[in-house]
Amino acid sequence: MKKQTIDTRPAGPKPWNDPRVRSLFFQAIAIAFVFWGGWVLVDNTLSNMESRGISTGFGFLNETAGFGIIMNLVPYDATMSYGRTFWVGLTNTLLVSAMGVVAATILGFIIGVARLSSNWLVAKMALVYIEVIRNIPLLLQIFFWYFAVLSNLPSPRQSVDVGGALFLNNRGLYLPEPLTQEGFGIVWGGILLAIAAVVGIRIWAKKRQLATGQIFPTFKVGVAILVVVPLVSYLVAGSPIEWDIPALKGFNFGGGITIIPELAALWIALSLYTASFIAEIVRSGILSVSKGQTEASKALGLPNGLTLRLVVIPQAMRVIIPPLTSQYLNLVKNSSLATAIGYPDLVAVFMGTTLNQTGQAVEVVAITMAVYLTISLLISLFMNIYNRAVAIKER
Amino acid sequence: MTESTMKAPKKALRPVKWMRENLFSGWFNTALTLAVAYLLVTSVGPLLNWFFLDANFVGSDASDCTGAGACWLFISQRLNFFIYGFYPDELQWRVDTMFLLLAVAFVPQFVERFPGRKWLGLFGIFGLPVVGYFLIPGGTFGLEEVQSSKWGGLMLTLILAYIGIIASLPIGILLALGRRSDMPIIRGICVVFIEVWRAVPLITVLFMASVMLPLFLPEGVNFEKLARALIGITLWQSAYMAEVIRGGLQAIPRGQYEAADALGLGYWRKMGLVILPQALKMVIPGIVNTFISLFKDTTLVLIIGLFDILGTVQSTVTDPAWQNVAIEGYVFVAFCFWVFCFGISRYSQNLERKLDTGHKT
Repeated sequence: MKKQTIDTRPAGPKPWNDPRVRSLFFQAIAIAFVFWGGWVLVDNTLSNMESRGISTGFGFLNETAGFGIIMNLVPYDATMSYGRTFWVGLTNTLLVSAMGVVAATILGFIIGVARLSSNWLVAKMALVYIEVIRNIPLLLQIFFWYFAVLSNLPSPRQSVDVGGALFLNNRGLYLPEPLTQEGFGIVWGGILLAIAAVVGIRIWAKKRQLATGQIFPTFKVGVAILVVVPLVSYLVAGSPIEWDIPALKGFNFGGGITIIPELAALWIALSLYTASFIAEIVRSGILSVSKGQTEASKALGLPNGLTLRLVVIPQAMRVIIPPLTSQYLNLVKNSSLATAIGYPDLVAVFMGTTLNQTGQAVEVVAITMAVYLTISLLISLFMNIYNRAVAIKER
Repeated sequence: MTESTMKAPKKALRPVKWMRENLFSGWFNTALTLAVAYLLVTSVGPLLNWFFLDANFVGSDASDCTGAGACWLFISQRLNFFIYGFYPDELQWRVDTMFLLLAVAFVPQFVERFPGRKWLGLFGIFGLPVVGYFLIPGGTFGLEEVQSSKWGGLMLTLILAYIGIIASLPIGILLALGRRSDMPIIRGICVVFIEVWRAVPLITVLFMASVMLPLFLPEGVNFEKLARALIGITLWQSAYMAEVIRGGLQAIPRGQYEAADALGLGYWRKMGLVILPQALKMVIPGIVNTFISLFKDTTLVLIIGLFDILGTVQSTVTDPAWQNVAIEGYVFVAFCFWVFCFGISRYSQNLERKLDTGHKT
């Protein structure tokens, strides 16, 4: 006869009280809900588009666009496709974002440092700037620069003339354009040579400093090389640059590089606005470095400049980088306000005109959102890599 | 008086000493001070002239703006439009009532020890939207109906910001809890939702709400433009809110979660009674900051054709009846926003100081 085994373990919880079962149950409901919602949306959208006669798919990207764009970095005219309008818009967005990031960073760091200045007047002015600018909507500031400042500039015939080469009027800022002539390859060679030399010197100087403790003036020598070598190669090649100087033709200027007022207004407003946030970030970053660090470095006999460069800034950067990243992201997203003043960025061109002409809202909106998602992810990726490089190295 | 006792330093010398220390220490600071002072002196005079001395305050239309300074007449003449939009004149008492209730609910929050302050605040958060829901659109209780297309100006700005914040707070809390959940699928859904909304600009969200929302809905169901904008703003804002609240949830020590578990509290009671009260208190400054940025971002609705305060001003400065009043208009809007935003941020700094119970390091 078989021995009967008796199960002495206590009975488990009832299935509806078991956390694992409950968790599975709720997640199944969540999945079902998401799928059901998605299916309803897709179904509604398809039937709505059918009843309105909107075609689907990405075929429209190859159709002729037929509208002009006032500024394009990639070649474009009205006979090109909708796909090309996407690239025009994207490059314009990237251009104003890059310009904005650079200007806002420089300005923000200057104002942030000014905010901590021992000079009472300068510190108060920085405070006033920050408190005024960041409490006023960005869109209003863009309007102000575009409608109140730049459109009140003189007309082309009365333009502000700087040295006969640079003109400013209500149609934009006109700059001379350098046109590279034959033989410019030598200059490129010179530039590359200079960069390689500076990198080489830096590595050698660091090695020597580690070995002997002697400091080599890398910065001064580097700047000298970067200026002299390309200049010499430029002269050797026989000055292979010609300047295309803008000139008044009829009612407007022709030739040279034009910075249209839409770009200028957007750039100024974005930079000033973001700089006020960056300034606060910089200030809190510098304040986060404890006084003992500065004092210790002074006690070691480091001069003020080196204290700042080797002790304070590296530690402040750790605090500054993460919020700075999100400010850059904000700037890129805010550049979409371009559409309010007609700067042809991605949203204005692609999500505006192209969407209105084709009516393919779903595809256009999806592409645009995907672009912003990609830019956001890329910026956070790069900044995370940089952040890891400057992050505190603990044992 | 003996020779060895020293006289107290002369008081009159203090400002000089202060100036020497704070304005003229070293050649660089001196140069900086002089440069900034020069800029200030040369710009303050003309600005004062433009703002006050040469400005025009009285009159009835553009022809009365004769001085070289600002034409404030333009603001006073069109003020009704800037505040109420196209809301009918004889019904504006309804909006005024809401403004008054808003002030009654929130102004006492700046005064400590005001009797019933807490109840007024709670009324502001829960009661006010209900009153507004019946009062502003009308159509019930014998009130004449006013289409939302007639709303505008400051009133619309406040409505957008207020509903945006009130609606996004609970959604944000749920999303934050979901993102911290143990269930991988719930967490994944919340992460994707939050990150997607946070990565795209508000304009694309508003475009999407105004262009794509009608496509998503079944035939026959349709929202007004204002409601569509509100849905877009709320979804976008709730993603930001979720991240702020998650910061608070993460700052609560593990012991609090474990203690709640040990007491045998279920999930919702654990969160509602133990975790959230602490976490929300901690992130009040963050919530206020998102509110300020939302308040500024409501101006974007003018791009999809709603007339918020900036929209009304923008449509008036391009009015041929008034020439060159753009700067006056923008200064007016900037001043309105600045007063609100600066006031709120100061209030949140006060609150932060007061709520600081020393839990932070």
